[in-house]
Amino acid sequence: MSMPFYVSPEQLMKDRADFARKGIARGRSLVAVQYVDGVLFVTENPSQALHKVSEIYDRIAFAAVGRYNEFENLRIAGVRLADMRGYSYDRRDVTGRGLANAYAQTLGTIFSSGGEKPYEVEILVAEVGGNVDEDTIYRLTYEGRVADEHGYAVMGGDAETVASYLAEHYTAGASLGDALAVAVASLGHATEGGQTTDRVIPVTDLEVAVLDRLRSQPRKFARIRPARIEELLGDRGPSEHAAAPEGGPDSPSSTPPHITPSTDDPADPTDQVSGDVEPLEDPESGEPPVAPPL
Amino acid sequence: MSDARIPASYMQPGTSSFSDFLIANAPDLLPARRSLPAGSAAELAPHGTTIVAATFPGGLVMAGDRRATMGNVIAQRDIDKVFPADEFSVVGIAGTAGLAVEMVRLFQVELEHYEKIEGSILSLDGKANRLSALIRANLGMAMQGLAVVPMFAGFDLDRGSGRIFGYDVTGGRHEENQFYTVGSGSLFARGAMKKLYRDDLSEIECVTLALQALYDAADDDSATGGPDLTRRIFPIIHVVTADGGRKLPEDEIAELADRVVGARMNRPDGPVAPLDLPGGEAIR
Repeated sequence: MSMPFYVSPEQLMKDRADFARKGIARGRSLVAVQYVDGVLFVTENPSQALHKVSEIYDRIAFAAVGRYNEFENLRIAGVRLADMRGYSYDRRDVTGRGLANAYAQTLGTIFSSGGEKPYEVEILVAEVGGNVDEDTIYRLTYEGRVADEHGYAVMGGDAETVASYLAEHYTAGASLGDALAVAVASLGHATEGGQTTDRVIPVTDLEVAVLDRLRSQPRKFARIRPARIEELLGDRGPSEHAAAPEGGPDSPSSTPPHITPSTDDPADPTDQVSGDVEPLEDPESGEPPVAPPL
Repeated sequence: MSDARIPASYMQPGTSSFSDFLIANAPDLLPARRSLPAGSAAELAPHGTTIVAATFPGGLVMAGDRRATMGNVIAQRDIDKVFPADEFSVVGIAGTAGLAVEMVRLFQVELEHYEKIEGSILSLDGKANRLSALIRANLGMAMQGLAVVPMFAGFDLDRGSGRIFGYDVTGGRHEENQFYTVGSGSLFARGAMKKLYRDDLSEIECVTLALQALYDAADDDSATGGPDLTRRIFPIIHVVTADGGRKLPEDEIAELADRVVGARMNRPDGPVAPLDLPGGEAIR
């Protein structure tokens, strides 16, 4: 006979957050960088067909990391929402802020509802304006939190290392070539055991797209093809592919790099422990819970 | 939206068609989903008139006059009846202007929506078929006098040539290889094009051909507007090539239109097509 156990709400939320965070941390990082003519998106993505960055509307783009089927659903919903609003009102009435709010409500509701698995995604909604000050980047987390980012935004994988590199090297108002060089270098930057390594990512493994305010068409989103990336980056020395075979959230890594079975580390996607406290204990007193009277 | 969360139907995978999505989620937004009381509504709304299109090696030209009429009244002098459907295609409208403009708007979103969701561009035939479906859905209104008869043309990237599609009110489509005209002045414009069209026109010759055909339509059809020299209102002309579509700037059209009108001062019936006689000598 199974016993109904008590799990405190704090513990429940923490477990769900850990679950989502680990799923996201398995993927590679994605950066969005503001440059003089708009917003640049760069991520390491060997697939030419399954995009992590895509167009939502005239001035709005969508970028995501995490579980593909989940963010693909969110992307399609965003395109439908934007097209529906633009068709029933006017194209100018579709804004990045409105879209970010809709996503935030959706992710927040899914995260806190007991019946659904939390989405293992983090998304960026970026909108390009008439000048640099009008550009906006919204970063949304798995639990529906929205952050208004300035300059650059990083998510997925080893976001902290990449962000620290960008904090050091990012300059506002850079040209497209300079911004791309910094963004690509930040993705190749890695810290392992206190040692930093810099890898030159091959051009064919990069997915690069821009929201370019100078584009003459009303639709400002454009993908940058490998030939053009090569031209922009110039000579960077010998390149190497990502070291370990990547285990995306859909394909759990077969060879975990290192296993630390006794502690819960949100940055380590392979640990098997969730939460600092055993879920069955009372988080405050540490006592095992008393089953409620039947 | 009453609920802040994105509705579940938006998250469902399935259709890449925006109009199919509207049928399921917001049918009241569709132009053709309105029921009308019996009777004819033909005289209630402005009508757009003549559209012409012609291909040239490497592209195509579509042009429309600027007049909208309501019975014997000129409802608007500067209406725009040729629109880009997407980067490589254009659509021109004849018939009930209000419904036609709404249909074009839906068609534009339809193409862009597909492109964004699927990540690839529809084939030119696919685009032409989607427009067929939109026109067919309007059949009920067409029978009450609110017909919309568009013309669609685009550059086929697979074939490397411009193609033109004509429609009837039931959504039937047919492809035209060289040139096509729709609207009240279309008979006169088609006659002019028959005599002036050649396979080896350059872009600027093709644009001039369209202007001549529209002039002839305006000459003989009261509902088609010719170049308005006093107000400086000239036909709208779009050119589509492998590099994409573009609307010709007004001053460029004005210059060409002034030349066409200037030549008509000497010969009001326009350029003469050669008359081939036995003996091989063409007489002008």
